[in-house]
Amino acid sequence: MSGVANNRGSNSDRLWMYATMVKSRHFEALIKPAYFEGKSPVFNMAKGPLPGEMHLSDGQEPCAVGVCAHLGIADTVTATHRPHHIAIAKGVDLDAMAAEIFGKASGLSGGRGGHMHLFDAAVNFACSGIIAQGLGPAVGAALAAKLRGEPHVAVAFLGEGAANQGAFHEALNLAAVWRVPAVFVIEDNAYGISVAKRDCTAVASNATRAAAYAMPGHHVPGNDPDAVHAVAGEAIARARRGEGPSLIEIETIRLEGHFMGDAEGYRPDGEVARLREADPIPRYRASLLADGVSAATLDTAESEARAAVESAFARARAAAYPLPEEAFAHVFA
Amino acid sequence: MSSPETLAPPVAAPAGGSRRLTIARAMAEAIGQAMERDPAVIVMGEDIARLGGVFGTTTGLLDRFGPERVRDTPISETAFIGAAVGLAGAGFKPVVELMFVDFFGVCMDAIYNLAAKQCYFSGGQVTCPMVLMTSVGGGYGDAGQHSQCLYATFGHLPGLKVVIPSNAADAKGLMLAAIRDPNPVIFMYHKALQGMGWLGTVKRSIVDVPAGDHVIPLDRARVVRAGRDLTIVSLGVGVHHALDAAEELAAEGIAAEVIDLIAIAPLDRATVRASVGRTGRLLVVDDDYLSYGVGAEVIASVCEDAGVALRARPRRIAHPDIPVPFTPVMEHHVLPDAGKVLAAARTIMTEKNA
Repeated sequence: MSGVANNRGSNSDRLWMYATMVKSRHFEALIKPAYFEGKSPVFNMAKGPLPGEMHLSDGQEPCAVGVCAHLGIADTVTATHRPHHIAIAKGVDLDAMAAEIFGKASGLSGGRGGHMHLFDAAVNFACSGIIAQGLGPAVGAALAAKLRGEPHVAVAFLGEGAANQGAFHEALNLAAVWRVPAVFVIEDNAYGISVAKRDCTAVASNATRAAAYAMPGHHVPGNDPDAVHAVAGEAIARARRGEGPSLIEIETIRLEGHFMGDAEGYRPDGEVARLREADPIPRYRASLLADGVSAATLDTAESEARAAVESAFARARAAAYPLPEEAFAHVFA
Repeated sequence: MSSPETLAPPVAAPAGGSRRLTIARAMAEAIGQAMERDPAVIVMGEDIARLGGVFGTTTGLLDRFGPERVRDTPISETAFIGAAVGLAGAGFKPVVELMFVDFFGVCMDAIYNLAAKQCYFSGGQVTCPMVLMTSVGGGYGDAGQHSQCLYATFGHLPGLKVVIPSNAADAKGLMLAAIRDPNPVIFMYHKALQGMGWLGTVKRSIVDVPAGDHVIPLDRARVVRAGRDLTIVSLGVGVHHALDAAEELAAEGIAAEVIDLIAIAPLDRATVRASVGRTGRLLVVDDDYLSYGVGAEVIASVCEDAGVALRARPRRIAHPDIPVPFTPVMEHHVLPDAGKVLAAARTIMTEKNA
């Protein structure tokens, strides 16, 4: 899908963004009950079909779809510990992704990585569970495209907390010095686990940090897919033209806790209710309806998205676990 | 007792002749030959382009291959080693330099969480064919942030291959093998062997190096001196301490066998066990910190093998568990040397039973 000159994407882009947000949200919706299987009445993270930490992306979908609408298979994306919405928007195989999260043999890595370490080479998607550590590899992937003379870009997603990591500053400087086609996308959900951005970040807007690395810095308020789409389109087109990297900061919301089981005692009273009212998916549906997209079209897109997720989860649950001794495979190529 | 025999370096029939080179020259030659052969090979690091590497590892490469493939980086190890992981995942074969291994503290995530786990976490979909070359070792008064070895630190982490040459021929063979290997390889080069004019060099590390293609395995130790009485296992500069001590021991009628580990991950346990199976006595020499180190791993590997009958308690010589001190009287007090190897060997030989 190509970038657009006006402030709003094509109708096909907009419908794709809506359907993809619904698909992502439904993915997380199916994870929730599955995650708590075996974890009640006593919460034990090791129990049930989905052991370990689980970071859900509810509310942050506009960041993923507004950016990935401009990306093709050959473009690289590196994501974070909260990767599902980005993976889905990048086109990661939904069945293999669900199977991976359930630890099954048919998962992306056969169960070796799990939810924070999703790799799909077919669509050039990777993520790391360590804060800001996807940025270096994205610079490398962007350099690879530049050295080959190919018009591909690499996009690194990060949270606002990651902008306080040294890796962020090193990677932005390196990308600018080497003028590689990289775009850095900050999903600012206002919290690093429990610590509010205002309590740990010296600047009000991380977009201003782009000035330190002589690259454009964009601030996108409103958690609106169309606004993200417009800004990302400009930054990605610039990168494809060989004009270097950009930084995009998107004000988004995290509707769930940092991880499942998070009591969220750090949020002020009433914040969760306010965030729920700001849920971007119903707002975007209303926007599309107001622009003349029919309810039937949206309903069909929603149904298809949900059906794909339900099929992926059914296959994942039915799939076989790997043999334990398969743990020893793939340490080395 | 037996007459000591120094084995010739296992150099294959030299194609195009050979010349005596330093490890630095051999590394640069290997990288240059790999770059000629494969356009996917690129080099990145601090001071590796115009300067040719602080330790001479990339001399002449900028002039031959240009700044796109020979890239000076900012002092940003996290970013450029992370970028190497991204390049490797995209089909390039980056050779990156971490100037001193002591600097791993500012970039270890890119090494052990990204490079070392890319293949595993992707179930083999994405490999990580990269070489991280890094200088190790002290003995020249550079103090505790520029003199460490940290072999065991890297050898401990799954997903990394770790090699260290003791001479220039092996340096070339290991470098060419490392660049061709589809996995991340930590290539450690010891400053005491590097052959820089401004840094003392053990002369025995400067050897004939085949001019043509020359590859040696990344997972094989080698018996560099045969002997029936005692096995001395070492790596890097320690091999030279062991060989020096072995010559003294020979004059005393003790035939020491010396094994150059060459690689510590994977560790060639079979070669060590076979040797100790013959000699019944084991001494391990390394200049990394003592505890949890190469010596412990080698000794455990031998003791775990029921087929190896020991005639004396195994011993290890290593840097004690203190930071590497600056002042030469202290540094040389704690660093392994031939005299310490000799003394430990004599102690082992005077013990009657395990």
